[in-house]
Amino acid sequence: MTSLLAAEEASAAIQAGGFFLENVWIIPAIMATSFACILFFGKRLPKGGSEIGIAAVLICFLLSLVTAGQWISEVNRADNCVVAQLSEDKYICAASADGAGEFASAVGSAGSAVAAENDVLVDAEGDEGPAKGAGLKPVISNRTWWSNGGINFTVGTMVDGLTVALLVVVSLVSTLVHIYSTDYVAGDRRFTHYFAFLSLFTAAMLFFVTAENILQMIVGWELVGVCSFALIGHWWEDQSNSDAALKAFLTNRVGDMGLLIGMIILFFASGETWSIVDINKLAIEHTTSHTLLLIASLCLLAAVMSKSGQFFLHTWLPDAMAGPTPVSALIHAATMVVAGIYLVARLYGVFFEGLSIAGSSLNALALIGGITTLVGASLAFVQDDIKKVLAYSTISQLGYMALALGVGAWTAAIFHLFTHAFFKALLFLGAGSVSHSVHSFNMKTHMGGMRKFMPTTYKTFLIGSIALAGLPPLAGFWSKDEILVGTGGWGFFEGKPHSNGAYTVMLVMGMLTAAMTAAYMTRVMYLTFFGEFRGGHHDDHDDHGHDDAHAHHGDPHESGPRILWPLRILAFLAVTVGFLNLPPGFLGLPKGITERFGHYVEPSSAAKYFPKINHADPSWSLAIFSTIVVSLGVAAAYFYYFVRVNRQNPAGTELVGGPTSRFGLLRAGHTMLKNNYYLDHIYDGGAPVGAAGATAVGALFGVAAGSALGFSLDNGLDQSFVPSLIWGIVLGGSVFAIVSTALRTGVGAATFVKRPLAWATNWTHENVLDAAVDQVGIRSVQAAEVVYTRIDQGVIDGTVNAAGSGSSGIGGELRRMTTGKVQQYATVMFAGAIVLAGLLIIVI
Amino acid sequence: MYLVQFLLLSSVLFCIGVYGVLVRRNAVLVLMSIELILNAVNINFVAFGAYNRELGAAIPGEVFALFIIAVAAAEVGVGLAMVLTIYRNRKSIDIHEVDLLKG
Amino acid sequence: MTTVTLMTTALGAVVAQNVFFYMIAAIMVFAALRVVTSDNIVHAALYLVVVLAGVAAQFVLLGAEFLGVTQVLVYIGAVVVLFLFGIMLTRAKVGSEANLDHQNRWPAILTAVMLLLVMAYAVIDFAGDEEIEVINASPTSVQEVSDAIFSTYIVAFEAISVLLLAALIGAIVVARKE
Repeated sequence: MTSLLAAEEASAAIQAGGFFLENVWIIPAIMATSFACILFFGKRLPKGGSEIGIAAVLICFLLSLVTAGQWISEVNRADNCVVAQLSEDKYICAASADGAGEFASAVGSAGSAVAAENDVLVDAEGDEGPAKGAGLKPVISNRTWWSNGGINFTVGTMVDGLTVALLVVVSLVSTLVHIYSTDYVAGDRRFTHYFAFLSLFTAAMLFFVTAENILQMIVGWELVGVCSFALIGHWWEDQSNSDAALKAFLTNRVGDMGLLIGMIILFFASGETWSIVDINKLAIEHTTSHTLLLIASLCLLAAVMSKSGQFFLHTWLPDAMAGPTPVSALIHAATMVVAGIYLVARLYGVFFEGLSIAGSSLNALALIGGITTLVGASLAFVQDDIKKVLAYSTISQLGYMALALGVGAWTAAIFHLFTHAFFKALLFLGAGSVSHSVHSFNMKTHMGGMRKFMPTTYKTFLIGSIALAGLPPLAGFWSKDEILVGTGGWGFFEGKPHSNGAYTVMLVMGMLTAAMTAAYMTRVMYLTFFGEFRGGHHDDHDDHGHDDAHAHHGDPHESGPRILWPLRILAFLAVTVGFLNLPPGFLGLPKGITERFGHYVEPSSAAKYFPKINHADPSWSLAIFSTIVVSLGVAAAYFYYFVRVNRQNPAGTELVGGPTSRFGLLRAGHTMLKNNYYLDHIYDGGAPVGAAGATAVGALFGVAAGSALGFSLDNGLDQSFVPSLIWGIVLGGSVFAIVSTALRTGVGAATFVKRPLAWATNWTHENVLDAAVDQVGIRSVQAAEVVYTRIDQGVIDGTVNAAGSGSSGIGGELRRMTTGKVQQYATVMFAGAIVLAGLLIIVI
Repeated sequence: MYLVQFLLLSSVLFCIGVYGVLVRRNAVLVLMSIELILNAVNINFVAFGAYNRELGAAIPGEVFALFIIAVAAAEVGVGLAMVLTIYRNRKSIDIHEVDLLKG
Repeated sequence: MTTVTLMTTALGAVVAQNVFFYMIAAIMVFAALRVVTSDNIVHAALYLVVVLAGVAAQFVLLGAEFLGVTQVLVYIGAVVVLFLFGIMLTRAKVGSEANLDHQNRWPAILTAVMLLLVMAYAVIDFAGDEEIEVINASPTSVQEVSDAIFSTYIVAFEAISVLLLAALIGAIVVARKE
């Protein structure tokens, strides 16, 4: 089976071009304009500004499609092109492969004329005459807006396959969410504000993915963070909502610190350039110091952990579900949270070299991803709130993507991002549709048997669940399978041919997650759509602000068309997008049909800004095995819920007398999951576990990060294993300490400082001080009896009195210094400056 | 001419300005002394600019002197406005009477 | 002209420059001292005019003609007038006033002298024998200055304009009656 891409065979890369590729700034600009328009005129429009937003985002979507089309045609042109070398590192398409003699348009007539005159030096490295096919350089259009000290600050756009893929995902999901929202938040008191922020968010995200330099990336990164904050706190009148928004924001600040430091390190490490392409290029060429790359990628990893909800900074993401459901679908599932993944993918040269991904079997990124995916999936089991299940599921899937990037399966990660965006948006919007009807997100108290009331929502949700669980042939299966293959662990500890390393541990983690995902989605399906309806009464928890309109309807009902059509479209996509990236050689399909996504999205290493990564060979046995594992997960949950729980009580939600009530260990595990591994408690420091838990998790994390770092350092610095492990533990521990300190000061400063401190003080007070004081007191009294008459009256009293009057006198004298006369202060200040200047002169 | 001539002149003006700031009671006079300081700095800038002229860089000194003039103008405007406010509130611009910082 | 005459001319120019420099410097130092010691506020302001004019003359001597003109326009034309307005509006006594300085001037004198010593030492140490060649070079033209301001230093220029605007508004807000 051949797996190499056409672009990979190319040793040269030509420049891509085209109007939409060069002017892609139009797309974010449209959304930014839409934001301004909605903000200023929205309230006066009949539909409250939503019409502007929808129109703008539709245009954006169409433009994104056109841009994608242009990129695809450029890739095709490069494929069919016989490369001619103009100068070092500059190639043009001298002729297309079928000999039509098409000269490069990208370089312009002058360039091709030169090439023609100079007896075009045809690249003849291949055995079969002139090399066919070329890589494609990204389209970069930028201009300098400021230059200072020889550093140019540019603003511009960079378009390649990755950008185009993200453009399409963001604008498509955003379009559907816009349409969905017109029904979902109809009648809300901040309807206009809501749509304005949707526009701003879309603009920021599009700006982020088209960024040409890391400075722009930071700007986009922060902008999406602000929009997330504003939209989580959309109903800020509830204290919990504004708390959740704050938590999201503050947790992200922790990571942003890493982002800033990492970006600054990258800037200096690669010779003071902001350009993403240059930074990658220098990293791949090993021009940049490896140690700096490692530190920078670890700093950036902190940013990824916060933005993309990786363990242990994931705690904000479930709370972020306080926002309106369409926002959760758009921001906290499909687009913004993948910003971290995108960051890694964009700066993949840095991560690939910095973490020494190739030829290894463990690294920090893969490990964090692996832990996250397991943690997320396990937490998803115990949630009663349907949105929380999906939130933890998102964390888990983001972990999957990070894992994939960590093991070098770049295309698989991006493909999973792509498919996940669709089916996770579908699931969220489906959950929103259900809750729209029952006015709650709680599956146990308000749902059950919904398939009778909401057939369309049920069907689409089922499709989304299967896609997420990863059963063939839906989208999730293909991307998940690629990731599992990409770990290279299926070669039984030897690494499959063409894989980047033998990440067997990651394969096991991914496999476990796949089973768990299937199981918890089955649980959600049962609790929501099967059994008997447990609602029947409405409580006051109505999160979409139009109480009066819906206050009196009795039974749950199917949602309106503006909610259902986005669901149908997304369901269609969740079924089909998987076929975009069929494994090579699948069922004997020709090369032009398989692996289209990877072919068009993955940058060519010939373009020199993307590392040469390997593509593991697909494996039938692995696909079948993972499908069996998933089926087992489904079967287990099916047996538990659909058979046993349902038989016991169709309206029940858990098995009475089930395993958790019978086995203490299971119960403890359940409680721990319910409490999110006590992470929140550790961060807040409010619970009794506070200090102890922090130490324990710190040590655990230290060991985990230590081993990961140890391997990274081991690969990179040629150090022996043990010292690097120790370094890793020290580093990991200190990072954890910094992070938890930052969180404590940010989120729960008062409680944290107060409680453990008060407790410690009290303990010290009672056990140490009191005892000591008692003893001292008793002895003193005895001594005092003797001493009193002799020393006290004469010496001590005198001394004390003298001390009293003395300090009073000194105070009185010192008081004169603070006269309030500014000029005296200035005199002193100048005198001090003179002394300092004199010292400097003497020293130097 | 030597560079040091100008630098010394500038130092003398600067110190006189500092003396004025430290010793004058009238706020307007203090502001005037500050003007002396700023002008001393300007002489420095222009002298260094002229000194560097051989290196082909006379301009930065002059440009910064210009900027300082602009900043000084702004400073005088705001400073006098504050003096006027103080005068309105306390019927005096004696700096010694403005001693709310007194401990 | 022969080389010798050129040299003599140059020598003469150097002597003349130095003479002018020391004359102007002496006047400036004297006037500056009067600014900080005069008993009469208005006189102090007028002495300030002399110092500022001296600074302008030094600028011209250094070949910065545009700057010299700006100095005259901005400082003598505007800033000093502002000062006079300030004196007038605060109804300071026009004429001699006994206690314009406060009592303990000795610390201030000491500070100023020490400062001068430190600075003079540093300056002489640093630039004891560095010469400035202004003779053969033509003065910097307005065009050069404006080119620099509007290209290299455009950011600083814009910042200054914002600062001036802020100062304008600030001065109005601070000084206006409630």
